[in-house]
Amino acid sequence: MAKHETPLLDQLESGPWPSFVSDLKAQAERRAKNEEGIEFQIPSDTVDDLLGILELSFKHGRTHWKHGGIVGVFGYGGGVIGRYCDQPQAFPGVEHFHTMRVNQPAGKYYTTDYLRTLTKLWDFRGSGITNMHGATGDIILLGTTTPQIEEIFHTLTHDMGQDLGGSGSNLRTPADCLGQSRCEYSCYDTNAMVYFLTNEYQDELHRPAFPYKFKFKLDGCPNCCVASIARSDMSFIGTWRDDIRVDQDAVNKYVENDAAYPANAGAFRGSKDWGPFDLEKEVLGLCPTKCMKFENQKLSIDNANCTRCMHCINVMPRALKIGKETGCSILVGAKAPILDGAQMGSLLVPFVEVNPDNDYEAITEVIENVWDWWMEEGKNRERLGELIMRQGFQKLLEVTGIKAQPQHVQYPRTNPYIFWKEDEVEGGWERDVEEYRKHHQR
Amino acid sequence: MAFISTGYNPAKPMENRITDIGPKDHNDFYPPVIKRNKGKWSHHEILEPGVLVHVADSGEEVYTVRVGGARLMSTGHINEICDIADKHCDGHVRFTTRNNIEFMVDSKEKVEPLKNDLAARKFDGGSFKFPIGGTGAGITNIVHTQGWLHCHTPATDASGTVKAAMDELFADFQDHRLPAQLRVSMACCLNMCGAVHCSDIAILGYHRKPPMLDHEYLDKVCEIPLAVSACPTAAIKPSKQLLANGTEVKSVAVKNERCMYCGNCYTMCPSMPLADTEGDGIVLMAGGKVSNRISDPKFSKVVVGFLPNEMPRWPSMTKAINQMVNAYSNGANKYERLGDWAERIGWEKFFEVCELEFTHHLIDDFRQQAYMSWRQSTQFKF
Repeated sequence: MAKHETPLLDQLESGPWPSFVSDLKAQAERRAKNEEGIEFQIPSDTVDDLLGILELSFKHGRTHWKHGGIVGVFGYGGGVIGRYCDQPQAFPGVEHFHTMRVNQPAGKYYTTDYLRTLTKLWDFRGSGITNMHGATGDIILLGTTTPQIEEIFHTLTHDMGQDLGGSGSNLRTPADCLGQSRCEYSCYDTNAMVYFLTNEYQDELHRPAFPYKFKFKLDGCPNCCVASIARSDMSFIGTWRDDIRVDQDAVNKYVENDAAYPANAGAFRGSKDWGPFDLEKEVLGLCPTKCMKFENQKLSIDNANCTRCMHCINVMPRALKIGKETGCSILVGAKAPILDGAQMGSLLVPFVEVNPDNDYEAITEVIENVWDWWMEEGKNRERLGELIMRQGFQKLLEVTGIKAQPQHVQYPRTNPYIFWKEDEVEGGWERDVEEYRKHHQR
Repeated sequence: MAFISTGYNPAKPMENRITDIGPKDHNDFYPPVIKRNKGKWSHHEILEPGVLVHVADSGEEVYTVRVGGARLMSTGHINEICDIADKHCDGHVRFTTRNNIEFMVDSKEKVEPLKNDLAARKFDGGSFKFPIGGTGAGITNIVHTQGWLHCHTPATDASGTVKAAMDELFADFQDHRLPAQLRVSMACCLNMCGAVHCSDIAILGYHRKPPMLDHEYLDKVCEIPLAVSACPTAAIKPSKQLLANGTEVKSVAVKNERCMYCGNCYTMCPSMPLADTEGDGIVLMAGGKVSNRISDPKFSKVVVGFLPNEMPRWPSMTKAINQMVNAYSNGANKYERLGDWAERIGWEKFFEVCELEFTHHLIDDFRQQAYMSWRQSTQFKF
């Protein structure tokens, strides 16, 4: 028997898509029955009250959660977000309902042993409700009370070898695509690099010293499956600078519509029939730089004019492969619209090697130069992208020691209002007006 | 409910403390077939919606069955995922960036039993627990935020709007009939924890009323300078207020006509709440993408300025989304993303074929980038 009536939420149990309401109800029931005899450390009816307060929000059209208080684990400034409800008398089970962010593994691969250890801990000391995963990438544990936080942290670190993720004005938990672990497009090992960067910058992740949040995201190729270009202050996107590798026999298999060579790797196997694959129209005709030709059953690519958009490779993955000289591009400053409008990542480093053998030193040098500048000049709650807008892209080049190149712009400036520096102008700015007046009367 | 300690001693927090150890090593989590072939994959193929095979240079194969899921997930549900992974996948499983779950097996014979097992599992209410799909030229899972379930600033619910939308779009989760992939994302306020601003279709919660001012408490719970400086449009200034009982208190005043309802002040100051039943609702955006494929990544554009919150299933919202998906499906060329299609036919045609009303709210007037979006040409369609 449910503790609270939930007539509005009940209507979200029907329909084919997995119903979070059904899941919450089942969880509430499991906790009520407690067949495993768990000594729950927070109220056993916490999920009932979560359903109850959510139903109230569905009725009111307003949230019933208050601001977070200052809760956390000793020595860290992030990873725990305080949360309290504004109707504690009616829903005491969620009076305190804090969130813990647990740093997810690279590529979000898990063993069931690990997951079961985590669910056991969360049933014991929390609500048993999670997000798999939060938008940034963490495992999100939703709902526990203040006294449990250090205990959970203790178990995570001592028994599971597992740390928290970031929140607040910290480095947020870096996230990656699955990369070379299972994708032939990936130009570098995103899993290894995200693991390295996360460990290298633990202090920045746990102890707030930044003007605002800072996000790293790692995409193995320009398809950008983790959306790094749109949502990370620093985006590492795999690329290559030699030639696309072509298997001419395989190209011709695609041209012949060989069943083992489905165009676009089978992405169009569905209820709509687009007709036979047409190389000319679907690949050459859609190439943004028109740098491909197919003559006498031979595909040729003018690689010097290729912008590596991935389209041809996506369409014919058995015939075309990324180049061998791979690395990544670094783009900076992406963010969602708050406050000054959305910003896409801007290209700062067109190509850099991704070298685990020297601890990615070419990359960490860029990161640390950018951070030094942002920590010195950034205002409170100013994202990197906003600082770049305020002080100029030139300033970013200056602090990172990177030389301006045409790849940095879509087109050159359309106004001549160049802020020349004094040392760039012959003779400097100090002049003698008296000398000038000898030749130019007042 | 007696408190059970791990041995942590609050009086000596540094005793035996372990910190800064980071995440688990992914190498310990890879399925063996992944570990053996990492970096040596030759190609992949989507065999049918939701089922992929990746073929390594060695000739080894890994078959992946992708299923959708609510990102809000109970431990009971995770344990069931573990049961399935133990039964079919030697105890390995992974999650995707878009909240899908991937079950991987190392031979083709193992795929059908896995699929049958997944497809047969349903919640008591009747919905699928593990619907197979989310690949190729279709609609994959909606990434989203917390909403009314856990956040203090949302203008709508996240899990509810997503469930309502995915029920409507379900056929396209399990099909590849669209011209290209179509990514739907949801964020429950304009802070956009979900970064929906580059999605083919974005569902965004939005407030439309300036904050209320809890003068009696404001100076007691807030740092007034922080509240003032939090405002992106400089609409907030310090102000003295006279309470009904005659006491004068320090507080703030808000120039309402300058407010963009972002809630940044509320984030800094709980005495400035702005949630409102009628004021809050949904903005729909469309035409963004993050991939560099063919065209550049681009921002989504606002195509519906406001829809009311209609609990529990937001029918006006799902209707508008359906109109866009259908018009796109009928009109776009193969490989053309929604935004590329809208640009090719022109946004004036987009509104026509999607049967969406264009209003003055959709013309940008925010900062210098606004001008870039006005038409500076005589080339337009009637």
